[in-house]
Amino acid sequence: MEPMNTSRRNFLQLVGLGVPVSVALAACGGEPSQTGAGGGSGGGKGVASYWTLSGKPQEDIRKDTIARFNKANPKSKIDITLFANDAYKQKVKTAIGAGKAPTMIWGWGGGGLKSYVDADQVVDLTSWFDENPDLKEKRFPSTLGAATVDGKLYAVPIETVTPIVLYWNKKIFDQVGAEPPQSWGDIMDLVPKFNAKGIAPFSLAGQSLWTNMMWLEFLFDRIGGPDVFQAVFDGEKNAWSNPAALKALGEVQKLVKANGFQKGFQSTVADQNADQALLFTGKAAMMLHGAWTYGSMKADGGDFVTGGNLGYMNFPSVDGGKGDPSDTVGNPGQYVSISSKASKEAQDAAKKLLTTTMLDDTEVQKWIDNGNIAVVKSAGDLISGVSDANDKAWLQFVYDTSSKASVFAQSWDQALPPSQATPLLDNIGKLFQMDISPQQFADNMNKTIGT
Amino acid sequence: MTTDAAPLAPPRPSSRGARAGQSGSVAWMALPALAIFLGFAVLPLLGVLALSFTKWDGLGAIHPIGIGNWSSVLADPSLFHSLWVTFEVMLFSWLVQTPIALLLGVFMAGQHRYRAVLAVFYFVPLLLSAAAIAVTFKALLDPNFGLGPGLHSDLLTQNWLGDPVLAMGVIIFIVSWQFIPFHALIYQGAVRQIPSSLYEAAALDGAGRMRTFFSITLPQLKYTVITSSTLMVVGSLTFFDLIFVLTAGGPGDSTRVLALEMYRRGFGANQMGPASVLAVILVLVGLVIALGLRRLGGNADESQLEGV
Repeated sequence: MEPMNTSRRNFLQLVGLGVPVSVALAACGGEPSQTGAGGGSGGGKGVASYWTLSGKPQEDIRKDTIARFNKANPKSKIDITLFANDAYKQKVKTAIGAGKAPTMIWGWGGGGLKSYVDADQVVDLTSWFDENPDLKEKRFPSTLGAATVDGKLYAVPIETVTPIVLYWNKKIFDQVGAEPPQSWGDIMDLVPKFNAKGIAPFSLAGQSLWTNMMWLEFLFDRIGGPDVFQAVFDGEKNAWSNPAALKALGEVQKLVKANGFQKGFQSTVADQNADQALLFTGKAAMMLHGAWTYGSMKADGGDFVTGGNLGYMNFPSVDGGKGDPSDTVGNPGQYVSISSKASKEAQDAAKKLLTTTMLDDTEVQKWIDNGNIAVVKSAGDLISGVSDANDKAWLQFVYDTSSKASVFAQSWDQALPPSQATPLLDNIGKLFQMDISPQQFADNMNKTIGT
Repeated sequence: MTTDAAPLAPPRPSSRGARAGQSGSVAWMALPALAIFLGFAVLPLLGVLALSFTKWDGLGAIHPIGIGNWSSVLADPSLFHSLWVTFEVMLFSWLVQTPIALLLGVFMAGQHRYRAVLAVFYFVPLLLSAAAIAVTFKALLDPNFGLGPGLHSDLLTQNWLGDPVLAMGVIIFIVSWQFIPFHALIYQGAVRQIPSSLYEAAALDGAGRMRTFFSITLPQLKYTVITSSTLMVVGSLTFFDLIFVLTAGGPGDSTRVLALEMYRRGFGANQMGPASVLAVILVLVGLVIALGLRRLGGNADESQLEGV
């Protein structure tokens, strides 16, 4: 980015034109919006670096794990740097391409990981996993799929299992006298009810686009079953034109047309948690979002979560649909890969972290305390020890949803390679804007298959 | 701000300055700038041009693929859409900024003290970074938590950034709000350069305020208008940060300017080849417009003060 723009600016100056420096693209390609660098490691350059996401309460746990590791291993300290979600996706790609990758690359596995593997940028961890059987043993088996490319393991599942769930505000439902939806038909019936009271039926951070995508993920599954998207993932020709896909795309447009989302949803951004605020302030009645939002709603929502006003459920079935209503989508885990460009010393420090402090009992307990199920089997045993009744019920729900799902699908934009994920998000934006019809959406997306 | 009127080095009165020696020293002085320009502008530009003929995902090896990127980008309607959006931003922000900046500049050129004080306030938006401005306006314009609902004003509670037409209007408003002070400053300086003898002569001839403005001030500002317009137009090609933070090109793709499209292709979809094609197109568009505007100005050596 930067070289291109710099070049244009200076080039124009050559032909006798100045361009105000104030319009220089300072925000683009420069330094990241970096918070909490160092992460309590006590300062000083570590031997390895770790890039991950900011956002409370997760970032505190991430920093704490690294701080504890650094304390125990003063000779092989690891530096942690935190980035905002949407900014991180681009930043880390650029850094890897420029040979400036961190030792430990945090990610979502799937298609993004595959692009690193194809470019030979990450270490094949298969034999290391074999040497440390404990690593696989303690994790949920469902987490390994997105870490695997061509039968080899290139990432370690870390952090938490986060399915997408349907949240609702119990207070608002009581106030309107509504019942939680049991089916897609119920959802469409609830929309005018809430609108009549001046309450947005659903809160949606539409500018982030992957948020809109969650609706399609569930509707595709509930209407046509998991095979519909699997065909896209497998690169089958015209896979987006499946009648079930077209029906799902049409249903979501019906919801938009019925004013199913809050006014101005197109400009709401997920990174600022404004969508969650709409739900806990009672401006919206429901929200489809990842399980990771529980912690921030508990922290920011006053007595919303602690007072038992937050309801949640798996996405309901669609009448006549083929999908199993126990299916879920989301992130089976988060993933960390090791850069193949890192020094041996750095790689060893990273491996040591992954086999010792990362996801140790202390960290798993911390995730539980913040309403998250870590990707390890021991997390299930810890639920019974939770004292807060609301947290306990929530954790049990997440555990059951994840472990009893017949299919736990990975988020589409993470599963697909970036060359398909970007046009996908793009077309989702236009679909929700009513700029394109379901048929046009399918046509546009069919063209990207195989790229 | 501009090298349009770079004065020629005046001939030295000294007889010692041999012609050869003089031109030698001038060439030497241009070297550092030339080196920086070659290193940071021409070289990367050639690199982008070369990349536009390759397939590269930004991570792995670079494969040359000939003109494949060019034909696919030129056949893609999203190129013309983003060119059109860029043109819209350019045109409307020019139409809004020019008259207001011109009038403000003339107003600020007056010698009264209150005008000097006001001029300082006008300057404030220019001191803020575009990203900070975007974040602030985004918060103020939020239809659920922003200024409108806060003041319980239905008029202010619009879907400002979620409606294609309103979003474009908001962008043009913010761009103008940010840059009018800068252009007003240019005009202020230019107005002060106009010889007062012209105004005295006009007053003797009985010309009123309006007549003086249209017959003296405006014609005398011809080159300033061209300079300021060039800055606005070429500057608007590079708007990225403001729009990226404010709407991210949305809703849909209704505010996706060429620079954003380039970023999306290169850093979102990992397609550096097509992104480089867009970068080259952006450079070409900028050059053509800038050269066109210079043409419009006629011969810059022509004096406007003939006979004064």
